Amino acid sequence: MAVKNYILVCGGTACESAKGDDIYKALLKEAEAHGVAEDVQIVKTGCFGFCEKGPIVKVLPEQAFYVEVVPEDAKEIIAETIVKGRIVERLQYQPEKGAKGDAFDIENIEFYQKQYRIVLRNCGLINPESIDEYVARDGYAALEKCLFEMTPEDIIEELKISGLRGRGGAGFPTWLKWNFSRQVESQQKYVVCNADEGDPGAYMDRSTLEGDPHSVLEAMIIAGICVGADYGAIYIRAEYPLAIERLETAMKQAREYGLLGNDILGSGFNFDIEVRLGAGAFVCGEETALLASIEGKRGMPIPKPPFPAVKGLFGQPTVINNVETFANVPVIITKGGKWFSQIGTEKSKGTKVFALTGKIKNSGLVEVPMGTTLREIVFDIGGGIRGGKKFKAVQTGGPSGGVITEEFLDTPIDFDNLISIGSMMGSGGMIVMDEDDCIIDVTKFYLEFCVEESCGKCAPCRIGTKKLYEYLDRFTKGQGKMEDLKKMRDIGNAMKKASLCGLGQTAANPVLSTLKYFPEEYRQHIEDGKCIAKKCKDLVRYEIVAEKCIGCTVCARKCPVNCIEGERKKPHIIDQDRCIKCGACYDGCKFDAITVS
Amino acid sequence: MAKMTLEELRKLRSSQKSEMERRDVEGKEIHIIVGMGTCGIAAGAKMALDSFLDTIKSNNLTDVVVKQTGCMGLCYSEPTVEVKVPGMPDIIYGNVDAAVAKEIVEKHIMHKKMVENHIQDKPAGDIIK
Ligand SMILES: Cc1cc2nc3c(=O)[nH]c(=O)nc-3n(C[C@H](O)[C@H](O)[C@H](O)COP(=O)(O)O)c2cc1C
Ligand code: SF4
Ligand code: SF4
Ligand code: FES
Ligand code: FES
Repeated sequence: MAVKNYILVCGGTACESAKGDDIYKALLKEAEAHGVAEDVQIVKTGCFGFCEKGPIVKVLPEQAFYVEVVPEDAKEIIAETIVKGRIVERLQYQPEKGAKGDAFDIENIEFYQKQYRIVLRNCGLINPESIDEYVARDGYAALEKCLFEMTPEDIIEELKISGLRGRGGAGFPTWLKWNFSRQVESQQKYVVCNADEGDPGAYMDRSTLEGDPHSVLEAMIIAGICVGADYGAIYIRAEYPLAIERLETAMKQAREYGLLGNDILGSGFNFDIEVRLGAGAFVCGEETALLASIEGKRGMPIPKPPFPAVKGLFGQPTVINNVETFANVPVIITKGGKWFSQIGTEKSKGTKVFALTGKIKNSGLVEVPMGTTLREIVFDIGGGIRGGKKFKAVQTGGPSGGVITEEFLDTPIDFDNLISIGSMMGSGGMIVMDEDDCIIDVTKFYLEFCVEESCGKCAPCRIGTKKLYEYLDRFTKGQGKMEDLKKMRDIGNAMKKASLCGLGQTAANPVLSTLKYFPEEYRQHIEDGKCIAKKCKDLVRYEIVAEKCIGCTVCARKCPVNCIEGERKKPHIIDQDRCIKCGACYDGCKFDAITVS
Repeated sequence: MAKMTLEELRKLRSSQKSEMERRDVEGKEIHIIVGMGTCGIAAGAKMALDSFLDTIKSNNLTDVVVKQTGCMGLCYSEPTVEVKVPGMPDIIYGNVDAAVAKEIVEKHIMHKKMVENHIQDKPAGDIIK
């Protein structure tokens, strides 16, 4: 007989440790006892991401969603839900107040509602290599509308109502940028898509292009219609071969269908797009450097104004937008700016895609309405910190951003709030840190990145990043002075004011932000010569506690530099001068006889 | 296909839409949709894909379509695969290596039994309509 029901028991680590396995066994036993073992399949799943309310048991196709289940509930679940097809109300998850929808539906659980997919609407749903599947999901409907029903002014107006701001970092209103370009008189105009994505830890643009390339093409054509451009370029780093391949495929298909090229859909409008490969330098993501790079010059920024919208590629008006910004446009046109403006906060509309990485349980791409709090992203969607460690901070905005500490976890995230707490939206990389991460070490990582990526054109950035890096490096070696902190602030502030482009203007942000929120950790490194996260090798000491050491010799055998001495069955000693702090002895000792301080 | 007119695009959209709906509602076909974003591929999605194709072939299954898609957002459980079998709930499997892929075909598709310990949840139930 065919299976009628499926019971999914969460087998994730959190639920498993809360008796998930006993529940599973109890369910099997009860199914047997009620004679329904053949009708139902009971399976263990991975984490549902809702560990807070675990253990979770889901019954399909009834869509029962039971939370905080205990093994004793098994009997009722089988007797009621499986045998009689009734929901056990007592166990059923109660939606939080104000939850949408009256009938209970798993999709209506607020927890799952915290994500809202606009940019990623087609990612993971359609075949990115099939234009037909894109068309089936209302693809190119916005293009239709813009070609045949709307004037360029209408398009601008719709974008203005939507409140869409650029997702490349600075949050500049998209309608304003398009309007500048539109108003300039010129024979030739361009549309450029910035797919450089140089931020460490960020990959949302790549994923969007890989999962839904047509949405970006469609938006670029619309931008062309709006400003009067007939040529577009996608600047993408060569390290993204799959995204490039899928873009090429999508462009070929669009050309075959007459959606790209001359006389689009018989409207008389011409527009074509080309992919331009970048070599993967961070500074080439800066718009003026990017345009220089497309022109075949070295990717170095030039002062603004004039802005690219007025004088860009080959000196012509150029609309340049980020991938995610573009991916929002078709939906805004088909569903209306008003619809879009209802999502998000007062000054930041719509959603933002974040690449959630670091010490988080569920790393991945997360798209949430603006105004969602960091706590919701890290703990509800991300499932919290891996391995039961303590949350320390989240780094947002990459090398241009800063850290957000525990006290700001409940701040609604949008462009302005992030700046007010000393960080930045940036492109959307979000790196979660736990107690094992050293704040100086993390800051040093970003500065090292900026030292390498600075184009060197202007002194504040070239010298400033290097100086800041050197200070941080000395702190990790226990050679810092407290006066250094003031000097670092001065250098940072000078860089902000005097650097030519955004790289240098923001490179000091990680320093300034961590100095502000973790002064104690800086002080410990400098004055006490201590790294509480035990990351800075030069400040860590491995020692053997004589009372606990039984002389098993394991540590001595594990030590790669043979710096542990001692007789069998007698306490061992580490020669501190030769120790390279690899930690092998610590990991190897079964008697907890080795301490790290 | 030759260049389209507006009319033809609209026709294509409505026929594709009903095609997609029919697929979901009547579900005559079995679908295996493999997440083939960079992170999926890095985690071994190609191996899983090959294993799906091999197992389908060696069992002479003809009504199974293997497709690819982009990032499902569940990068921590890559390779991720969505399996749609008529009469069964749509299931997303995570950490699908070649062996699990084989198991999915032999158990889930051929015997309508879900595979233990690899079921994941959708990242968002509210992908816009
Ligand atoms: C050093 C530096 C790197 C940048 N990298 C990127 C990038 O990788 N992708 C991007 O879209 N914008 C990047 N930007 C921002 C762009 O200069 C520009 O503001 C953006 O592409 C405009 O698009 P938007 O209005 O859609 O945000 C960078 C800026 C600076 C200063
Ligand atoms: S700020 Fe840095 S990256 Fe920007 S122009 Fe100056 S040296 Fe180059
Ligand atoms: S930390 Fe490494 S080098 Fe130092 S004593 Fe232990 S095993 Fe030897
Ligand atoms: S472990 Fe069960 S929901 Fe996370
Ligand atoms: S790219 Fe695979 S789920 Fe993110």
